[in-house]
Amino acid sequence: MTPVITETPTHVGKRIKRKEDPRMITGTATYLDDIKLPNMHFAAIVRSPYAAARIDRIDFAAALQLPGVVAVFTGADLDGVGNVPCGVSLPGLRIPDHSILAKGRVYFSGHPVAVVVATDPYLARDAAERVEVDYTPLPAVADPEKALEPGAPAVHPEWPDNVAFVHKQENGDIDQAFAEADVIVKQRMLQPRVVASPMEPRGAIGDYKSAEGALTLYSSTQIPHLLRSIAAAVLGVAEHKMRVVAPEVGGGFGCKADVYAEELLVCFLSRKLGFPIKWVESRREHFQACSQGRGHVDFYEIAARKDGTILGIRLKLIQDIGCHQQLLTSLIPTLSVLMLPGLYRCKTFRAEVVGAFTNCFPTDAYRGAGRPEATYGIERIVDILASELKMDAAAIRLKNFIEPQEFPFATGTGLIYDSGNYAGTLNNALDTIDYAALREEQLQLRAKGRLMGIGIATYGEICAFGPSPYTPAGGWESATVRIEPSGTVTVHTGISPHGQGEETTFAQIAADELGVSMDDVAIVHGDTAVVQYGIGTFGSRGTAVGGTSMFFAIEELKKKIVKFGAMLLDSDEVQFTAGRVVCGKTGNSVALAQIAAASYRALKLPPGTEPGLVATSFWEPTNFTFPFGAHIVVTEVDADTGEVKIIRYVAVDDCGKLINPLIVAGQIHGGVAQGIGQALYEQMVYDENGQILTGEYTDYALPKARNMPWIESSHTETPSPVNPLGVKGVGEAGAIGAPPAVVNSVMDALSHFGIRHLDMPLTPEKVWSAIQGARS
Amino acid sequence: MICQEFDYFAPATLHDALQLLSDPGARALAGGMSLVPLMKLRLATPEKLVDLRHIPNLRSIRRKDSMIHIGAMVTHYEIESAPLIGSDCPLLAATAAAIGDVQIRNAGTIGGSVAHADPAADYPAALLALEARVELTGASGEREMAFEDFLIDTFTTALEPGELVTAICVPVEEPGSGVFYQKHPQPASGFPMVGVAARLSLMDGLIGFARVGVTGFSGKGYRAHGVEERLIGKAGSEAELLDAASVVAEGVQASADIHASAVYRAQLARVATVRALRASLLKAG
Repeated sequence: MTPVITETPTHVGKRIKRKEDPRMITGTATYLDDIKLPNMHFAAIVRSPYAAARIDRIDFAAALQLPGVVAVFTGADLDGVGNVPCGVSLPGLRIPDHSILAKGRVYFSGHPVAVVVATDPYLARDAAERVEVDYTPLPAVADPEKALEPGAPAVHPEWPDNVAFVHKQENGDIDQAFAEADVIVKQRMLQPRVVASPMEPRGAIGDYKSAEGALTLYSSTQIPHLLRSIAAAVLGVAEHKMRVVAPEVGGGFGCKADVYAEELLVCFLSRKLGFPIKWVESRREHFQACSQGRGHVDFYEIAARKDGTILGIRLKLIQDIGCHQQLLTSLIPTLSVLMLPGLYRCKTFRAEVVGAFTNCFPTDAYRGAGRPEATYGIERIVDILASELKMDAAAIRLKNFIEPQEFPFATGTGLIYDSGNYAGTLNNALDTIDYAALREEQLQLRAKGRLMGIGIATYGEICAFGPSPYTPAGGWESATVRIEPSGTVTVHTGISPHGQGEETTFAQIAADELGVSMDDVAIVHGDTAVVQYGIGTFGSRGTAVGGTSMFFAIEELKKKIVKFGAMLLDSDEVQFTAGRVVCGKTGNSVALAQIAAASYRALKLPPGTEPGLVATSFWEPTNFTFPFGAHIVVTEVDADTGEVKIIRYVAVDDCGKLINPLIVAGQIHGGVAQGIGQALYEQMVYDENGQILTGEYTDYALPKARNMPWIESSHTETPSPVNPLGVKGVGEAGAIGAPPAVVNSVMDALSHFGIRHLDMPLTPEKVWSAIQGARS
Repeated sequence: MICQEFDYFAPATLHDALQLLSDPGARALAGGMSLVPLMKLRLATPEKLVDLRHIPNLRSIRRKDSMIHIGAMVTHYEIESAPLIGSDCPLLAATAAAIGDVQIRNAGTIGGSVAHADPAADYPAALLALEARVELTGASGEREMAFEDFLIDTFTTALEPGELVTAICVPVEEPGSGVFYQKHPQPASGFPMVGVAARLSLMDGLIGFARVGVTGFSGKGYRAHGVEERLIGKAGSEAELLDAASVVAEGVQASADIHASAVYRAQLARVATVRALRASLLKAG
């Protein structure tokens, strides 16, 4: 008999449309607000209009009078529930009490003061308007630099200096580096707060069943398992009686890798009242009370030789903490320090991070979480250094890059860069954009009075979070792979995709490894009652850590498949290939479906083998991965209005091996859009009293389709040696490369005016004023 | 965001609408692109909403002699795309096309925008440059006035309680004239920080007719008479355009907000004026 071995189509590396898209496009996906439970009630939160105030009196009698309003709770009623937790430990870290409703004092504009529960959400909102709160306003501070000045209003009276923590790290002899330098360049840079703005805002449903003492929390979250552990502890619920479900999640960008007062509040309310309670964040609340990104004041100093060799870098970083510690608030700026040297060989540095309390909602992870901030700083200061030395922006980077043969490369900050070819991606981008010709064109346009700029940014990032010693709550990931009796495949992954497309990319990997069709693979995630414990989705870890754990579970399964195949073929010389176990001697083969059926029917079992085909892997990575890339942006500045137009955007990214180039392109496009937003448009503005001035999208400028350039995206592929898939991660790359590339481009356009630096966002008025100032 | 409870009415005739609107707690809904967001923020809390979109004669566009009569409930998209407006009043078509985004243009109406009198709306620049007229209807009948007189102040018009804007009338553009709307959008909202509409015509190579309308710059749209006067009889050299534009903000109190200071708005007004004039001149003749 001739063996029939079907040639399995390989899925990995192909542009395959997302399996998730049909349900989203047709509106049949179930998001948090689509969930309706029997007897569900609705919460509306009364929030403080002041950034700092004493609460003198709360009168909710009028709210309770409305028919359909069942209860009002304030901070005085919070029995049996702990504080919103901080997940970071740093020496000397100050962790303010963070109760889920304010107790006597409010610390930010939007602070929850009371909650109204009613039979429908409209009624709850109407009733919330009827809650009367008397406040005595207190002095507030919203600017992190001002918060650290002597005499500034104390956000927390017990810590009058407003210092949340001081974190120092250094390597090498930094003083000597600066003493030996031919040139030293210094620059203060602001990276304003930005709002995460996922399409779906936050939301949560608490459902407590008193008979069983069981609590289910539905939440639009990136971390269902961590949320379960934390919420169970804060609420005093046994963890095995608590279930967290992340339904379809419409984006997070890090702001949903957190644990919020509102998530704990709906659980508390459901336990108090005995029925399910839903709360859905309004956009106004998203601006008030969802963690925000960035919020840096950076003071960079760089020391170099005349030839451009970087000798040392000093950074003082003031991180706007906000008024509390959210889950990872104070961790984020320490990641910036790890990434401080970027792609450059220099190991000598000194960094000091000061966390400053302000009367604003806390900052926390936002797409890139610490790495975009670090990349912006180093890429701006290197550009400024180049112009000081009259060196070309590309040449200074090529001079300082770590070279391919130097990997694995130990940085001065304690990381081991896994692999890379930094000059390769930059040269690729320079060729794509025809850099030499562009510089020529720039000179010609400048002679005609036109302001064209060319901006280069190269970036590295820390992805695949991460080895557990360096990741709060552990950095491994889990997967259970089941071959069902029919031969189809179910994967339970501990990650929690919310737009990254892993139902598709994981199916591609599994289909190739098992020799089945992608349609025969289901990827299940997001429900702690179904999926084994996992860590979740953040820090570009989904495929690199979660995908790898699935890969190893499949490896384990393959051994069992081969044992059953050998038994069925009655041969020891077999191998598993293209979905079949094949006997090398006879050419006879048996398909995976037959093996699966035999393994569950269990008429006969291979020696020492249990029935069924299920394997679980908890995979602990040995290192982070380190993707990198080069973005080059051509802009033109309208000298009369200061308006910036992006003419070309070339992105060459290296995220290791590409599983699905279509999804990778989507990640790059989305990240670049957010990065352009940060560079040119977005800024959360508080006034000096901590009042929000950009509390709606009519004032907070997200990038629009009309603002987006055509993105010329391509890739180099340097596999990561850290995992067998060779993948590195791509979720944050665009948001890391874009801000410095765009700002460097605009600064290049203005360089002949002697304008050295402008802070993000580069609004038309800011750019025009700088040109006016330079001309006069 | 959740608005307060209200009753919704969708009358089929103007008569019924006016009767419903005689209730002081009632407000007309004419697309809702401004009113609904205000209601969601509870900055507007009408008890009754009277939706005007089912009243057929508020939705027509027709030409009467040298005027185009546009029903109040004609959407921005219909104005942008109607062949009659595109050929006979291209300035208004271009202005409508610059409003918001496709969804807003498909829902928002010219009557709703005009009656709301947002100082940063796009239409006022064109309607002032066109010397448009507004038709108002109330319980006591119909009246008509110049748009310039209709516009009293920020969010304030000549509308009496219970009265509705029922139509906007704009002139058919003379052959040979050039028109242009130059807009500098606020990056978040897309409303103009400054928008300038220009209409020019040439006689024997010299500017014989000039109308310039400005929006977004101050508390209400205005006609830049000073700019117009400086243009008459000029050939339209770059220096002449710059000179004319230099007075566009003269005597007008500029608005200031987090997106544009008064000084910057004045700069934008001058730049937008020069650009609108330059583009109009190219099309004229």
